[in-house]
Amino acid sequence: MQRRHLLQLAGWTWLSGATAVARAAAPTQNKLVVVMLRGAVDGLSIVAPYGDPHYAQSRDTIRLAAPGGGDASLLQLDGLFGLNPALSPLLPYWQRGQLGFVHASGSPDPTRSHFDAQDYMESGTPGLKSTGDGWLNRLLQALPGPAAPTRAVNMGATLPRIFSGTAEVASLGLGPKAFAHEAIDDPRMQAALASMYAKDSQLGHTFDAATEGRGEMQRSMAADAATGGDDKTGMDPRIDRGAPSASGFAADAQRLGRLIQRDPHTQLAFTSVGGWDTHINQGGAKGQLAGKLAALGRGLDALAQGLGPALDNTVVVVMSEFGRTVRENGTHGTDHGRGNVMWLLGGPVNGGHVHGEWPGLDTAALADGRDLAVVSDFRSVLANIAQRHLGLGDAQLAQVFPAEHERWSAWRGAALLRTA
Amino acid sequence: MMTRRQGLAAALLTPWMRGVWAADAAAPLGDQERALHALERLGFGPRPADSETILAQGPGAWLKGFLGAQLQGARIDLPDALDQRLAAEDTARLDQGELYERFRRAQQLERELKKAQTDGDKADDKDDKAAPNPRRELVRPVVIQASEQRLLRALASPAQLEEVLVDFWFNHFNVYAGKGPVSVWVGSYEREAIRPNVFGSFRAMLGATAKHPAMLFYLDNAQSVAANFHPRGRFGASRPANPKQANGLNENYARELMELHTLGVDGGYTQRDVTELARMLTGWTFDPKPSWGDGASLFRFVDQRHDQGRKHWLGRTVEPNGQGEGEMALDVLAAHPSTARHIGFQLAQAFVADEPPPALVQRLADRFIAAKDSRTQLRDVMQELVQSDEFWSREAFRAKFKSPYRYVLSSLRVLAPADMALADTLPREVQPLLGALNQAGMPLYGSVTPDGYKNTAAAWQNPEALTQRVQLAQTLNKRFDKRPALATRESDMVLATLGPLLSASTIASVRGATPDLRTPLLLGSPDFMRF
Repeated sequence: MQRRHLLQLAGWTWLSGATAVARAAAPTQNKLVVVMLRGAVDGLSIVAPYGDPHYAQSRDTIRLAAPGGGDASLLQLDGLFGLNPALSPLLPYWQRGQLGFVHASGSPDPTRSHFDAQDYMESGTPGLKSTGDGWLNRLLQALPGPAAPTRAVNMGATLPRIFSGTAEVASLGLGPKAFAHEAIDDPRMQAALASMYAKDSQLGHTFDAATEGRGEMQRSMAADAATGGDDKTGMDPRIDRGAPSASGFAADAQRLGRLIQRDPHTQLAFTSVGGWDTHINQGGAKGQLAGKLAALGRGLDALAQGLGPALDNTVVVVMSEFGRTVRENGTHGTDHGRGNVMWLLGGPVNGGHVHGEWPGLDTAALADGRDLAVVSDFRSVLANIAQRHLGLGDAQLAQVFPAEHERWSAWRGAALLRTA
Repeated sequence: MMTRRQGLAAALLTPWMRGVWAADAAAPLGDQERALHALERLGFGPRPADSETILAQGPGAWLKGFLGAQLQGARIDLPDALDQRLAAEDTARLDQGELYERFRRAQQLERELKKAQTDGDKADDKDDKAAPNPRRELVRPVVIQASEQRLLRALASPAQLEEVLVDFWFNHFNVYAGKGPVSVWVGSYEREAIRPNVFGSFRAMLGATAKHPAMLFYLDNAQSVAANFHPRGRFGASRPANPKQANGLNENYARELMELHTLGVDGGYTQRDVTELARMLTGWTFDPKPSWGDGASLFRFVDQRHDQGRKHWLGRTVEPNGQGEGEMALDVLAAHPSTARHIGFQLAQAFVADEPPPALVQRLADRFIAAKDSRTQLRDVMQELVQSDEFWSREAFRAKFKSPYRYVLSSLRVLAPADMALADTLPREVQPLLGALNQAGMPLYGSVTPDGYKNTAAAWQNPEALTQRVQLAQTLNKRFDKRPALATRESDMVLATLGPLLSASTIASVRGATPDLRTPLLLGSPDFMRF
């Protein structure tokens, strides 16, 4: 009790946090990819605490069977947790020590609104609505080393809150034609547009980001094609075909991975996957959620394959705005909850561990008597990666996750990343 | 010939161009600017025909007529060409039950196909385009027709404000066509719950959305039942519990009803209020049996499924009263000051500025409450908005960034020549437009989450959007690539129509470009990204 209290005191501002030594900035080539699962995924069905006696009791039709019971049972991670069998393509990464999790993590703000909670997770300032920019944009500004048009890449048609801010972010469209030649690449058109946009104070920088980012990405991918990058990944080419969303994600994710591998400047990337709001008929080892998780697992596997050797210096973080109720609801789904699980994938990850303190599912331990408690602040996980992996100094980190308005604590569990 | 169009371009451009360059930032909008501002904010942007009418009538007189027509509730007839296109779409006449029947038939056929495939030989090629696909054949056309109704009206209806408001309110009470039978119901939802109420009472719209099967299904209330509910047989005998049947609450609709539809997220409610409201709304469901056949609503209140206990909600004790509990809740929510502020904020944000002036939000909220018992409540609120100085301020002029929906519509409108028959200016099919909206991240009826789409620059302004819009501008203009005279004629038309919306630098760049590039440059310009 006392030790924890002391740690909290020491940790409330990570400037005087556990390491006790102020860090100076040091440029790296390391990379961070953030994948946001919008809609609040049920983390208790991703890394299920089968060893907690309250888990099975709370979930009648959607619980996953303890490991060892055949195909439909959990894949054993340790004595407490098992991985959803739909995520079996990711098990080798766990076994190689490249995949780990932080359970009972999330935002300290108690909102159960998707939209506020996503907003807080993207602004990096839970409870504070006035923050105008996103933490990934602040991180881009704070990264040690020179700027470049493709240093940060957003994959998708719209720029998410997490990337909003003053630093320019390149856009990678969805679909197989993401690198195709477009009207904006035509030199005559681009020159004429440039003269119009140059004088526009609000849209000028957006236009510059579009043209410069596209130019650099196309150069990188031309080199990729020339060296036969497509073939090296061993991906099934048929993956580009077919439906949007779930199955499309694998193809898009692989493309993003290849871009990061080929473009030495790219250090930050973001994308999101929706459709996790399973209020009804969530399913167990089979069904709605399992189907979506299977597609997500294939997508993350494709991302890792696209990254190729770059996986060795990339950390992929998967997170979602909050978790879902411990107890199954009246319609075989789950309602909005609190604590969730964060995923960490990549060479630098201290994988093969479920990190973080487990508060348990005993009613007394639940937030508001119904939800998994948030023990690990999502910012403590991200701050740890920003410092130890991306080389941020203490001063830079303070720009990314300001500590003034809230006493959030430094990561105080076992090491999330391998020491270099 | 020195065409009529070129003359028009010259006539329109010269006076206001001087005006804009000289205008200081605080100068009130001139008549010409006000006319265009009205077309942009209370409609989906000017068409060449509009600029001709403005020129003929004078901008002051034109604007008076336009505002009167949009806001005074007189019936605005649709042009015959539009009426005919809309009337050709048969699924728009189906009622809720018939639409659901179609969905079920598709499901049934799909099951049979699947069974046939597993029973018989394995299909050699799953990608066989000729293979029957019940969903594509039965369900998809219903969504396409609903989309066509929406887009054609937005392009060509003279009741432009109604079209803007249908989009606004659909989005406010969003349902998602990708979730089960909501697909077949989106058109019905818009026709029955949204459109009739956009100038009417908020309570009426709230009730209509609450009871439409699209909303009941989308936010799961149809299945939410009292805790430990066990369905009974026809003669009251308790049936054995079916593990697949719902046996308790689902909070989804109750939460979004307060967070998104009424009070707003900071409107003053707790998790307990969410759960209690969910209990009050148990039993609000729909009867899927299409046995009624009278075009009636499928909504049913089923007392057996209702939680009969006492509830405590928003500081009041609610005694058991069946459907009356939910009706009371909608009454309370519709008249709540938090709701008034929330709606006032959203309207001011959509029509005036991304960060709306607080004084305007307050006036709209006051008017919302003052008119709460009026059958024209929402028209009154819109009148308050359009009479406000903030709406007509220079700060608001050209200050908003177009959403993809608005960008696509305003592009097609500005490219519709005034001297062409209306029928010929309408796209023959809307699939390419739907594709453009998909690609831009704003599929029509395709917002998965109940908050719908945002209408702020923060949501839509990004490098990928500019890339896609320039591409679309060029695609729309391909037809004149090799015909400089026609291309010039078209760009003159666009120049004349957009008039005061263009900056001097845009006009200079366009004038300096070769004819084939002029229209794409106009539609790809920073000025055309704004409204």
